[in-house]
Amino acid sequence: MSYLVNGRRFDREPAPGQCLRTFLRELGHFGVKKGCDAGDCGACTVWLDGTPVHSCITPAFRAGGRAVTTIEGLGRPGAPHPMQRQFENAPGFQCGFCTAGMIMTSATFTEEQKADLPRALKGNLCRCTGYRAIEDAVKGVGAVESAAPGKAVGKSVGAPAGHDVVTGHAEFTMDTRIDGMLHLKVLHSPHAHARIRSIDKRAALAVPGVHRVYTWQDVPRRRFTTAIHTDHLVDPDDTYILDDTVRFVGQRVAAVLADTVGAAEEGCRRLDVAYEPLPAVFDPEAAMADGAPQLHGSHDPFVRDPVHNILIELHSHIGDVDAGFASADVIHEGTYFSPRVQHAHLETHGSIAWMEDGRLNVRTSSQSPSIAKVKLEYLFALRPDQVRVFCKRVGGGFGGKQEVITEDLVALAALDTGRPACLELTREEEFTTASPRHPMTLTVKLGAKSDGTLTAFQVRNVSNTGAYGNHGGETLYAGGAAVMIYRCPNKKYDAYSVYTNTVPSGALRGYGMTQPAFAVESAMDELARALHLDPLELRRRNTVRPGDPLVALHDGPDDVTFTEDGLARCVDLVDGALARTAGGPPPGPDWLVGAGVASSLHETAPPTEHLSEAWVTLGDDLIYELAVGTVEFGEGTSTAHVQIAANQLGTTPSRIRLVQSDTDRTGFDTGAFASAGLFVAGNAVLRAANAVRDRILEFAAAHTGVHVVMCSMDDDGVTCGDRRVSLAELVALARRRGIRFTAARKAYGSPRSVTSNTHGFRVAVHRVTGEIRILYSVQAADAGVIINPVQVRGQIEGGVAQGIGFALTEHHYVDGNGVMANPNLRNYRIPTYADIPRTEVILVGSADSVGPMRAKGMAECCINPVAPALANAVHDATGVRYRALPLTPERIYGRLPAEQSVSAG
Amino acid sequence: MDLNTITEVVRRPSERPGTDWREGDAWLAGGTWLYSVEQPDLRRLIDLTALGWEPLVPTDRGLEIGATCTVRDLYAFPWPVRWTAGVLFRRSCEAFLSSFKVWNAATVGGNICMSLPAGPMITLTVALEARYELWAPDGSVRFVDALDFVTGDHRNILAPGEILRRVTVPEHALRARVAHRRFTLTRLGRSTVFLAGTQQPGGHDLLLTITAGTTRPVRIAFDAVPDARTLRRSIDAVPADVWFDDPNGTPDHRRHLTRHFAEEIRRELTAGDLT
Repeated sequence: MSYLVNGRRFDREPAPGQCLRTFLRELGHFGVKKGCDAGDCGACTVWLDGTPVHSCITPAFRAGGRAVTTIEGLGRPGAPHPMQRQFENAPGFQCGFCTAGMIMTSATFTEEQKADLPRALKGNLCRCTGYRAIEDAVKGVGAVESAAPGKAVGKSVGAPAGHDVVTGHAEFTMDTRIDGMLHLKVLHSPHAHARIRSIDKRAALAVPGVHRVYTWQDVPRRRFTTAIHTDHLVDPDDTYILDDTVRFVGQRVAAVLADTVGAAEEGCRRLDVAYEPLPAVFDPEAAMADGAPQLHGSHDPFVRDPVHNILIELHSHIGDVDAGFASADVIHEGTYFSPRVQHAHLETHGSIAWMEDGRLNVRTSSQSPSIAKVKLEYLFALRPDQVRVFCKRVGGGFGGKQEVITEDLVALAALDTGRPACLELTREEEFTTASPRHPMTLTVKLGAKSDGTLTAFQVRNVSNTGAYGNHGGETLYAGGAAVMIYRCPNKKYDAYSVYTNTVPSGALRGYGMTQPAFAVESAMDELARALHLDPLELRRRNTVRPGDPLVALHDGPDDVTFTEDGLARCVDLVDGALARTAGGPPPGPDWLVGAGVASSLHETAPPTEHLSEAWVTLGDDLIYELAVGTVEFGEGTSTAHVQIAANQLGTTPSRIRLVQSDTDRTGFDTGAFASAGLFVAGNAVLRAANAVRDRILEFAAAHTGVHVVMCSMDDDGVTCGDRRVSLAELVALARRRGIRFTAARKAYGSPRSVTSNTHGFRVAVHRVTGEIRILYSVQAADAGVIINPVQVRGQIEGGVAQGIGFALTEHHYVDGNGVMANPNLRNYRIPTYADIPRTEVILVGSADSVGPMRAKGMAECCINPVAPALANAVHDATGVRYRALPLTPERIYGRLPAEQSVSAG
Repeated sequence: MDLNTITEVVRRPSERPGTDWREGDAWLAGGTWLYSVEQPDLRRLIDLTALGWEPLVPTDRGLEIGATCTVRDLYAFPWPVRWTAGVLFRRSCEAFLSSFKVWNAATVGGNICMSLPAGPMITLTVALEARYELWAPDGSVRFVDALDFVTGDHRNILAPGEILRRVTVPEHALRARVAHRRFTLTRLGRSTVFLAGTQQPGGHDLLLTITAGTTRPVRIAFDAVPDARTLRRSIDAVPADVWFDDPNGTPDHRRHLTRHFAEEIRRELTAGDLT
C-alpha cells in the first residue's frame, strides 16, 4: 500500500497500531500537531480525501490509497490558501499551536457551518485567543496593519512568524527529526507517598530496543528546584531528578531510554518496583496539624517547619487591626477557595538533547532557556560554555513552562549515552505531573465605617504547594497584590505555603494573585452589600491613588511608582458600560439576572531579580539583527520587540530580523513571565536600538559634516540636514574603517510600574438547573501606551477566556487516594468556542509607565478580576454567595431559593 | 495515539469474524475511542469496517442500522416523514461531545459497545425500543433489548469475541411522538443527563428513557401519562447507586435535573392539557 500526502507518494508502511498523526510526522509533515493525542483538541486535523479528521484517532493504515492533505499541502508560503491568509490577517492565533487544526477544519466549512461556529468549531480547542480572533479569521475580518518607517509603535503589525504559523512551517520544539534519537518514557508512582524499596530493571532492559533504565541511583544526588527564577534561592532545593521517596501520585519513579516510544513504554511496564507505602496527607490544614505525615526532612534551611510541612509562612501586621475592627461599623468575614487548575497549553512539555563538539545542546519548550541552562550546569556539574539551551517557537506557556521538568532527563540521557534523546509529555502527564495553580484558601475579614472607609483588613492565606516547593514562596508573596489595592491603615496578612502529597503547584498566569483577588474582591462585594453601598462606590472610596504607598506586607520603601489613576478610570468605564447595556430581557422566565464587578492591580515586573540583554546589529545586508533571549509562545513579545526596534531605528518591521531564545546566539534573559517580556526585555531592546541609532547618526554626522541634531533615521538611509545618505553607503564606509553598527544593552526589572483593570459581567442563572450564562462581559485595562493594539486586545480576551474556564468549569477531580480522575481534555473541560462570550475591551491610556515606550505588559493581570466578577454577578442575580470555585451548576442549584422573582440586572 | 502493543491488524476478516478470537483482540470500527486512550492489553485489531455492512436499511418493519454505520451517515439520513421520532437521530448525534470531524469515522455500534453512560446512540436506541443483534464466536446469534445491553459505566453484556452486528428499530417506535431534554455542564459539552420521552401516535402512554445521568439506561413505561407526583416517584425509585458520579455531574444534581426535565417532557407530551 502506498500513501499519498499533499500530492506526494510514500511507500513506507505504518506500524500496525500507529495513528495517522505520528505517521505523517514521521514522513516529515510537522505541521500536524499533538495537543491531546485523544481526539479532543483538533490540533492534528488533516483531510482524508478532502474530509477533515483528527489524525491522532485515525488508524494510519486507513489513509492507504487515499489522498491526505496537511496544513503544508493546503497552501504554500507565498501562496497560501485563503483561509491561511485570513488567519494571518485577523490574526487568528497567538502561540499558533492549534492553528493548523483550526485552518484545516475551517477551510472545509459549508455556509451552514459558518453560520453556527460554536458547533462547527467544538472539536478545536484554543487556549490563547478566547476565540474572538478565530471567529474574525474564519469570517475574513482582518486587523493586521502595516507600519510606515519609524511608526511601528501603536500599529497592529503582524507577528514576525505569522506567515510560517499559518502555513504550518513554524517550527515548534518537537518538530524535527534527528538520526539515531532515543526516546524516554517515565514510570509514574501509583502511590501518594511511598519509599521505593527496590527497582528490578532486568525485565525492562531485556526488552528489545531498551538502552537504559534510570532510577534514583543513576542520577546526581543534587537537590534543586524545578522552578525558574534568576535567584534560585527564592525556592527550596527539595527535588531530585529521581528520588527514592515518591510524594505524589504521578511522581517519576524511573525513566526508560529506548529506540522507540513503544519500547520505552514496554520497558516501563516491565519494571518491578517494590514500594513501601507511607501515610499521605492531601489537605494543607491537615498537613500542618501535629502528627501529620511528614513529607520532607530538614535538609534545606529554607523550609520553615518540616515537621508541620510548612514550606514558608509570612506574618505581617501594619497598624492595629484589632483597633481597626473595634472602630468599624460593619465587619465582614468569609473564607474563599480557589481550586487546582491547569494551564492546558496546547503544546505539551518536551525537550531534545544531544552532544555536539563535546557540548550539551538542549532544544526545549520553555519560558526561559537562560535559566534552564543554569540549572543543567548545576545538576550535571558543567561549565557554562559546555551547555547550550534554546527554544524554537513554543506552543503556549501561561507559566507552565517556567519549570524545568523535562530538560533534566534528556540531558542525563544525552550525557550518559552520547546519543540524542527526547522526552515529550503526554496530555495525561501534563495533568498529573506538570505544575498546576496553587489551591488556596483565604479567610478575609474586613472592617469599615458606614460610609465605606476601610478600618481593618485581615487576610489568612493557606496555600497548597503540593509535594514540592517550586514557586511556593513567591506565589505567597505575590498574593499581597490583592491587599495592596486598598488603602487601609490597619492590615494583617498571615500566609502559609504547605506541603501535601499532591502534584507540585507552580506558576500560572496571575501567579499567586488570582486566588487572593477572588477572595478579596468577593469579600469587598459582600462588604458593600452589608453596607448597602454600590460595590463600585466602595472601591472608589478605598482604592489606592497616585501618591499613596502600595502597602501589602510591609510599609517601607519600594520600587513601584504610579502617578496616574488608571484604576479609577477602569472602574468608571466598566460602571458606564454595565449601565449602558442594562435592561435587556432575561433569557427566559426561569433565569435570574445580575451584574458584578471586580478590580485588580499588578506590578509590571516581578519583585525578584529579572534581567534581560538585547543586541542590535546592522548587517551588511542592511537588515538590523535584533537578538534577545525572550521566548515567543504567543504572548506577542517578539512582535513588540520588533516594533520597538523598528520605531527607534526609523524603519519598518520588515527590516528587523529577530534572533531569539538561544543561549548561544542571544544574551541572558531571565524569561518570559510576570509580564516581563515586554517590560524588562522590551527596555533592553529599546536601549540597544537607541544605542545603534545614535552610533549611526553620529557616524553620518561626522561623514556629512552636518551636526548630529540635524540628522535623523530615514528607513534605509539617514537624513542629514538637506542631504540623504544611504545605509549602504554608511555601512560600506564604516566597514572600511573597521566599524560595525552594533550595541548590547541590559535592562533590569526595577523600578516598576503598576497596571490595573476592572472586569464587569452580567450573567443569567437558571433557577432550576444552576446553569450560568454570561450575557455581557467587559474589561477596562490600563495598558499604558499601546505598542500593538490587536495584540493587547488578544491578550486580554485570552486571559478572560482562561479566567472564565477557571471560574466556571475547570478543576482537578482528585479521589481519596490522591489520584486525578479527569486527566484529559475530555473531562477537564477548557472552554470551547461555544463557552466564551465576546468581551468588550476598553483600553485606558496612561503615560506613567517606566517600561519601553511607557507601555505596560498585559498578559497576566487580565485574568485576576474574572472569577470574582463572576461570583459577584451570580450573587447579584441569585442572592446567594458562592465562595468556592468553580461555579459549576451542580454547586449552584442546591442553594438557590426555590421560588424567586426575576430581578432586572 | 499510537497503540504500540498492537502487532497485527486483521484488515480482511471473514464474514463471520470472531471464530479465532483470542485474548488481546479488539474489534476496530471507527477507532475514534480505541485510539484515544492507552490500550496496553491489546495485541490485535480486527477491522470491521472492511465487512461493508449496510449502514442504514429502512424496511416496512422499521430501520436496520449496521453497527459500522458512521455517525455522519446517521446524521445525514433522510428519514421518511411518517417517522416522527426521526428527529431523535439528529439530536442524538448532536449530543456527542465530539465534533463533526469525529462523526466522519465514529460508528453507531462503537458508541453503543463502549457503553459509557453518556453514549447518545444508547439513548437513541433505548428510547426507540431497538433490539441489538449479537453474533457469538461460535456462530450463534442472539437478540437483546437495547435496554438490557449496557449494564454499567463502560460495561455491557458482550462476551469475549461477541459482536454487535446490527440495531433494529421497530416501526411503531419510529412513529412515536418524541420529546427530549439534555443538560451539559459546558455549552455543547458531554451530557450530564439526556432524557427522551415517546408516546404512540394518538396514544396516552409515556415511555421515558433516562440516560447519561445513570450508569446504565433506565426506561420507565407508563400506560397513561402519569401525574407529576407519580412521575417524580418513579424517578425517585431509581436506586441511588444508579445515579452516575463523574466529572460531568454529581448524582444529586443528575437526579434533580432528571426530575425537572422529565416533568417538562411529561408536559410536552400531554400537549398542554394537563398543565
